[in-house]
Amino acid sequence: MVNFDNPKIIVKQLDFYYGEVQALFDISLQIPEKQVTALIGPSGCGKSTFLRMLNRMNDIIPGTHHQGKILIDNSEIYSDNTDVVQLRKSVGMVFQKSNPFPKSVYDNIAYGPRIHGITDKNVLNEIVEKSLQGAALWDEVKDRLDESAISLSGGQQQRLCIARALAVEPEIILMDEPASALDPKSTARIENLIGELRKEYTIVIVTHNMQQAARVSDMTAFFYEGNLIEHDQTQTIFTSPAIKQTEDYITGRFG
Amino acid sequence: MNRHLFHEIELIKQSLLRISAMAEEAVKKSVFALTNHNLEYALEVIKNDELIDHEEVILEENCLKVLALHQPVAMDLRYIVSTLKINNDLERIGDLAVNIAKLAVRQIERSPAEIPAGITSMAKIVQDMLKSSLDAMVKMNTKKARKVCQADEEVDILHKDTFGYVEKKIRRNPEQTGDFLILIGISRYLERIADHATNIAEDVIYMVEGEISRHSNSIF
Repeated sequence: MVNFDNPKIIVKQLDFYYGEVQALFDISLQIPEKQVTALIGPSGCGKSTFLRMLNRMNDIIPGTHHQGKILIDNSEIYSDNTDVVQLRKSVGMVFQKSNPFPKSVYDNIAYGPRIHGITDKNVLNEIVEKSLQGAALWDEVKDRLDESAISLSGGQQQRLCIARALAVEPEIILMDEPASALDPKSTARIENLIGELRKEYTIVIVTHNMQQAARVSDMTAFFYEGNLIEHDQTQTIFTSPAIKQTEDYITGRFG
Repeated sequence: MNRHLFHEIELIKQSLLRISAMAEEAVKKSVFALTNHNLEYALEVIKNDELIDHEEVILEENCLKVLALHQPVAMDLRYIVSTLKINNDLERIGDLAVNIAKLAVRQIERSPAEIPAGITSMAKIVQDMLKSSLDAMVKMNTKKARKVCQADEEVDILHKDTFGYVEKKIRRNPEQTGDFLILIGISRYLERIADHATNIAEDVIYMVEGEISRHSNSIF
């Protein structure tokens, strides 16, 4: 296992089940702080399931259970006294398909902070601007804050969702195929944005696009059939992976 | 399965084999021309160099095409990158064979100085090295590649010996200085071919193992 001086997330011997079906097998993995970790592997390999474990999104699926530990900043996120709302505040998520609320651009961003009790208009204005700037969207929407978020382009909507995640000041951002539905230009913008965000946040990204994993991530973890096959620096994975299964997958020889 | 990529790589493999065979043949014939005063072979090597140059360009273009269109990774990436470098070495080897062939022509035109045993052994070792490095490349055999790297030291020693030999000869027969200087040239070209064969062997090690063995003393 690759160990880090600054692991933000430590996963130890994690097994996960959808009912009777085991989806993750004995996963141990460390995710370093303020770096991008890419999870790759064929469909059904468990990478998205693993990602969703990190902010307890699987809790809402009935019949699931797990064994093992997931520590964020050294505290167990599946302990009885974990506040799941607080957890999801510090571990934000961006999905494959952008899912803005059918509200104005402004209200989309202010939604999270309001839920967490912020009502001061000036504070909210500041958060909205800062989050949109953080998501590299401010210049495009600053004169359209009252317009419906649905009127934005697909690429803008996805950056809006990133801005919405940033608004509650998370420390970790999980991204599940954040650019798979976007054109190359919008994809490049999201990738550039990930490059900026990694200075402040710990990012875990699931992607089917191997080149994207290679471009944006520092570390890459390859999953296959619920097992973590190889985890190493992205450069090593894409030039000389240690394990043949990884090599066969990334070179398109299977999967 | 990434069929397009594998098909392209297959074409690159064939092209690499072609240029390998051409470069090996050029060295063989230039050495033969030199040791047997064979003008026909010497001229053939000089003339055929343009075929090697042409193949080099085609192979390089195909490698660049694969990089641009398929963005290969891992073993495929290492194969393409190594091929680009080996291609370059083979083209240089072709040029060096031409240089030897030109000296062979000069040797034939003037009263030829006797080729010392040191250069004959060097020529043999260099040809073996080239053959082994290309065998290692085709069979992805790193053991063989490492042996090539070792043999390079022997060539360097023989190259130094040639200097001593030539110096002695010139002192004894200063009027034949020009003839003896040709021997220095031949020795230098052979030594450089050995260097290129070593480069090829090192690239084979990288291709197979992903380790850059150049500049390291621990590869043996």
